[in-house]
Amino acid sequence: MPPLAEKLARLTALLPAGRVVRESGAFAAYESDGLTAFSAQPLAIALPQTADEVIALVRFCHAESLPFVARGSGTSLSGGSLPVAGGIVIALNQLNRILRMDPIERVAVVEPGVVNLQVSHAAAEHGLHYAPDPSSQSICTIGGNVAFNSGGAHCLKYGMTSNHVLGLRVVLATGEVVEFGTSSREQIGPDWTALFVGSEGLFGIALEITLQLLPRAEAFHTLLAGYRSVEAAGNAVAAVIASGLLPGAIEIMDALALEAAVAAVHADYPPGCAAVLIVELEGPSEVVAAERLCLDAVLADSDAIEMRVARTPAERLAIWKGRKCAFSAVGRLSPDFIVQDGVVPRCRLGEALRLIQEWSREAGLRCANVFHAGDGNLHPLVLYDGGKPGQLAAAEKLAGRILLMCVEFGGSITGEHGVGVEKRDYLSAMFTAEDIACMKRIRAAFDPLGISNPGKMFSDGKVAALAQPGLHPLEQAGVLSRE
Amino acid sequence: MTAPLQPSNVTELVEAVRSAPRVLPVGARTKPNLSRTDAVAISLRGLTGMVDYAPAEFTFTARAGMPLQELIATLAAQRQYLPFDPPLAGAGATLGGTVAAGLNGPGRLRYGGIRDFILGVQFVDGEGRLLRMGGRVVKNAAGFDLPKFFVGSLGRFGVLVEMTFKVFPRPLATLTLKIRLGDDAAMARLLGDAARSRWDLDALDVSLPGGEIYARLAGPPEALTAIAADIGRRWPIQSLGADEARSCWREANEFAWSHPHGPLCKLPLTLGGVPRFAALTRAIPGARGWIGGAGSVGFISLPEGADIDDLEERLRLLGLAGLVLRGSGRLWLGPRVEAHIHGAVKKALNAADRFPPLF
Repeated sequence: MPPLAEKLARLTALLPAGRVVRESGAFAAYESDGLTAFSAQPLAIALPQTADEVIALVRFCHAESLPFVARGSGTSLSGGSLPVAGGIVIALNQLNRILRMDPIERVAVVEPGVVNLQVSHAAAEHGLHYAPDPSSQSICTIGGNVAFNSGGAHCLKYGMTSNHVLGLRVVLATGEVVEFGTSSREQIGPDWTALFVGSEGLFGIALEITLQLLPRAEAFHTLLAGYRSVEAAGNAVAAVIASGLLPGAIEIMDALALEAAVAAVHADYPPGCAAVLIVELEGPSEVVAAERLCLDAVLADSDAIEMRVARTPAERLAIWKGRKCAFSAVGRLSPDFIVQDGVVPRCRLGEALRLIQEWSREAGLRCANVFHAGDGNLHPLVLYDGGKPGQLAAAEKLAGRILLMCVEFGGSITGEHGVGVEKRDYLSAMFTAEDIACMKRIRAAFDPLGISNPGKMFSDGKVAALAQPGLHPLEQAGVLSRE
Repeated sequence: MTAPLQPSNVTELVEAVRSAPRVLPVGARTKPNLSRTDAVAISLRGLTGMVDYAPAEFTFTARAGMPLQELIATLAAQRQYLPFDPPLAGAGATLGGTVAAGLNGPGRLRYGGIRDFILGVQFVDGEGRLLRMGGRVVKNAAGFDLPKFFVGSLGRFGVLVEMTFKVFPRPLATLTLKIRLGDDAAMARLLGDAARSRWDLDALDVSLPGGEIYARLAGPPEALTAIAADIGRRWPIQSLGADEARSCWREANEFAWSHPHGPLCKLPLTLGGVPRFAALTRAIPGARGWIGGAGSVGFISLPEGADIDDLEERLRLLGLAGLVLRGSGRLWLGPRVEAHIHGAVKKALNAADRFPPLF
């Protein structure tokens, strides 16, 4: 038997029959992720069902120097779960048990394949919820959220995934199984849990994740205001911030994003507005009742064309539906698009958006904007047609220009999607060669062989394979949206 | 121990790190046991002050030696604050020392602790390299999260130079309630129920051995009175006057309740461990305790000269781990796990073995 076939035979023997897939025809769903511009063909897909099986697979990979990529639902927008040619995919969707739901301690212990929204669903009967809410939360997994430190619409007030992970049991790329943190919200010694969260799969695989749960807010005050320009909406955000309020969410959509939301879900926005601002207060009813007076007064002075307050839970959901669907809706306007995720200081949002508009005109590409205005996290969506020669390159050039602008403004190349494959060439815009060398030394401490999700975060000299253009299959099915 | 080195700028700091085979950064030494080693101390007191403060961005960057008191005043002038109430400000604690010690005050309940507010760091590694990790904006997912890793790292993985933090608008008002219940089991139940409630409490602490519970509300004043009345329908409450409330939280923040010269230890807790921790403080003669964050953390203080080995033994039996902030002898108490990866990461940041071991 040739060495590779022999190696794969031994890999196959690690799991019960049928759970190591080697027929390349069955790979289609695993060859790409939410960053559809890239794809790669792995040697095999392993489908473990228990933590012990994952450990056995990782130890095998370590012994054989075989690269592996852990994968949840494949919703990464940075190509974080792109397979490695010549390596295997460890698909974790079948490790989908909530191991412990403890309403007294307000924690949940879950396996990595548990879907984000399922945690909040399971916690709801106790009046609790899991705060991080990426737009793909109905499908993305906690394991992937941990690997990429996912965000959502509530990050200014509640933080990202790392702010809600208390402890982890992980198998490192060396095969070592360790526990970081505990189920206490306090700790002593360095924060190993936080170091692992957001490590983009470069350290190993999380097997059990202890999450903190928060009480669900009792009351909401959700307000939608329409403006004649994105800048006017941006000024309103500055006024809200200056008022001393701490809203749970502050979001802006521009004209093209509004147009798409109207087309896709018949969202209804004030006529004639070029931008919409959504602000949501949340908390005890007494607090929201007092703070809404302040918010309403601030926005009444903000030159809005029209202001709408959600009077019922259904109206609130309608406002959020238009917002959360916006990106997949924009996708319908164009065969392909690139989502960017840069962050700028809040006070430079207006300037950043002006430049993005100017540059997209120059490039001859349309660009829609939906962003988390409260934390300066932009999501410019560059529309292109991969079927037309040169358009992908032009789109990538524009996207890159936006990233460099974010760094120049003192911001970040990624707020919540991670570096992955997509932005690895831009890490050096944000960090010095010595900073990156330090990160690589830490990576090597966890993974001396460089087998755990190689090619992500750091440029490794290899060019990732470009895929066929088009929407992700899950997007076509309307299951996945990009934010 | 020799006198600490006193660099006054980053270049001198880098030289200081390279100047001796074993060094340890120190601040105001308000947690003296954390820096009790044979290493040459490098004082960060000379690297102080705000580097950048943008109130509209909810962020600031400050040098490690900046006293908390000065920082808190600067933020307060813009009606902003660090919600986790960094402790020992009155005793002179510095920002860098607070990160390295990983300490939070009562306000950690509502929005999380110091790990949830640190965004970026500039630090010197064991080779004397000046490095930067994390970001300077409120949201960033690029690179490994070393800023959070440094929280609680006790200066054993690098010397913090500058740190960027997220800040929040300061609530308009606060209201403090005192609650007294019969026994520890009822007290632990209250902590759980109140933390899970709709009230969005700002702080929920317990003083031991007495068992007095202190709950703090923060927000618009008219809302607080209404919420307090609602809490009063559930448990017997006493509203504290402004002065009394201030001194109550100062006592918590400054560890004024503790024996000033005896051992002081921090123990991460869960609600399930709260009755055991309360029983422990009552079992040791003269011991005092404080529970913070609705049962997330316990602090225990022993009279001067008390036997710390006895505490160590009791904690092992209870399965509780602790860190000794004040007092001599041990740094760690109770069970602990050492993994291969701990040493490997230490080596990645400290190949020259410049900083003392963690354990």
